[in-house]
Amino acid sequence: MSTDAAEVELARAQSIARETATINRGVRRSRPFLDLLRYLILLVAGLFFLFPIVWIAVMSVKMPGDYLRRPPVWIPDDPTLNHYRSVMEARGWQALENSLVIASSATIISLLAGTLAAYSLARLNTGGKHFAFWLLSQRMMPPVILVVPFFLLLRDVGKHVSFLGIDQRGSLIAIYTVFNLPFIIWLMRSYFDGVPIELEESAMVDGSTRIGVFLKIALPLSLPGLIATGTFAFIFSWTEFLFAVILTRTNAVTLPVAVAGFSGSQGSNWGQASALAVMATAPIFVLSLLVQKHFVRGLTLGAVRG
Amino acid sequence: MAVIKPGVSGQVSTPNGPSFRGRNRRDGWLLVLPAIALIVLLGVYPLLYSLYLALHQWDLQTPTTPFIGLDNFRTALRDDRLYSALRNTWLIVVVGVFLEFILGLILALLLVDLPRLKRFVIPIFILPVMMVPIVVGLTWRMLWDNQYGAVNHMLRMVFGQDLNIIWLGKTNTALIAMIVTQVWQWTPFMFVVLLAAISAVSPDLYEAASLDGASWWNTLKDITLPSIRHIVAVAILFRALDAFKIFDIVYMFTQGGPGTTTETASWYIYRLGFQFFRMGYASAISFLVLIMLSIVATIYVAAFIREGGKA
Repeated sequence: MSTDAAEVELARAQSIARETATINRGVRRSRPFLDLLRYLILLVAGLFFLFPIVWIAVMSVKMPGDYLRRPPVWIPDDPTLNHYRSVMEARGWQALENSLVIASSATIISLLAGTLAAYSLARLNTGGKHFAFWLLSQRMMPPVILVVPFFLLLRDVGKHVSFLGIDQRGSLIAIYTVFNLPFIIWLMRSYFDGVPIELEESAMVDGSTRIGVFLKIALPLSLPGLIATGTFAFIFSWTEFLFAVILTRTNAVTLPVAVAGFSGSQGSNWGQASALAVMATAPIFVLSLLVQKHFVRGLTLGAVRG
Repeated sequence: MAVIKPGVSGQVSTPNGPSFRGRNRRDGWLLVLPAIALIVLLGVYPLLYSLYLALHQWDLQTPTTPFIGLDNFRTALRDDRLYSALRNTWLIVVVGVFLEFILGLILALLLVDLPRLKRFVIPIFILPVMMVPIVVGLTWRMLWDNQYGAVNHMLRMVFGQDLNIIWLGKTNTALIAMIVTQVWQWTPFMFVVLLAAISAVSPDLYEAASLDGASWWNTLKDITLPSIRHIVAVAILFRALDAFKIFDIVYMFTQGGPGTTTETASWYIYRLGFQFFRMGYASAISFLVLIMLSIVATIYVAAFIREGGKA
């Protein structure tokens, strides 16, 4: 009991010390002019980050006469949903379906293989440091390097296997699975590192198998991390463009490729292009709310825990 | 918020009980097997195949693909277009990541001691990072438009003249536009990483500094920056390697034009492979790029990360 009380006391003292010390980390407070300047800079930064997003959202509901106007029309008088209707019917629904199928399949497969491997690295130190960094190097390599061999290999494989090959969803699923793996292994390893090992050791002593310990203890305890990792993997697969544009023609076109189809249009199709872009972005924004807390950790592969 | 080094913390997490050891190794590799099989089949094998292609004259239109040794590599070393693409890529990487770091640091310092505002601001600031890159390309393609875009319009409002900058039609302005667009999307990444890093610096250090009457600038220079040095190094490496891949924005902005003056490494390889169908030559250039990046990354890691890891 007394040690508990002492610990609480210590924690309280630390938090007070932290609060007082925090004051000097950034710009010193207490000078009204500097404070005003500080809020002003933050406001400008916020507007800068938000403006393009608002711009494309507004563009997607403008009448054609409004987006080809100088000066630009900031807020349209008669917003329309026609662009959404026409672009979704033309190519949107198919692209949306492709993106959903491809991104979720790649996420599930890579999560299955990746989580097992991550657990092995975290708990059994399989392969040691060199193996972990070899995995990391796979992630860091520019993907364009694999574009040519992938194209030629898939073209040949496609002659024998119907779901692989050019313009098949299976090809992109396979590629995204492999792109996601190093990321998932590194990130999940950092989450498994956070699970106390004593629990697992005592379960093993009680006769649980390795896989039983993994399924019953490690996995449930790192579930938030697993969800965050899966969400990131989904986002990466959803947003990828280079391989998607090379390996698809009509059937397997994903949303980014469909959006890029408007790259040549000089203004006349901006409404439709923007509508499709909003459709491609909205799901990612919703998902990003899920991973907010894991954001820093995810984007640095577990190196920095925000 | 706790910050750790990205090293391998295997020693900490390996069970030391003697009963584990024998079975552990076998279990370990069994668990890794599916992942390794996938990576070897779909990552390592294509890479080796690409080396095979690089040693051949492999044009999609010609029926024969003769072995030509290192000829592709020799041609590449004399290829002005490759040098131009690499120059552009490094320009975008170095200038872009530098600006992202400086702006991200400023924003992090401004926000770090405003916990309530922080909670409200971070979700807004990170939205650009969550954008689909090709959508970023489309959005900014419209913003940079010389006739109907918002950038020229705002410049007109500020300077009051009828200026008409054709941003994406000229080499220099197009490169500037690409850099600004990259900075827009990725400054928030630097910002949140640096914010996490600064928040995790031990409060004792700041207490000691303020007792000594250190100025704000000295505190930043002597305490904050040295304490977060290691994370800064990692964040910059991640961003630089990522920025080097730049493709989507080139696709939407200029397609490498005017002429070939705004090509980047990824774009040039793509063009060679899929518009000229010179698969062998494209593979050779891919390998040269990979070698160059590996050397630069190794030097960088040795200089800034390995030694910094102890800090």
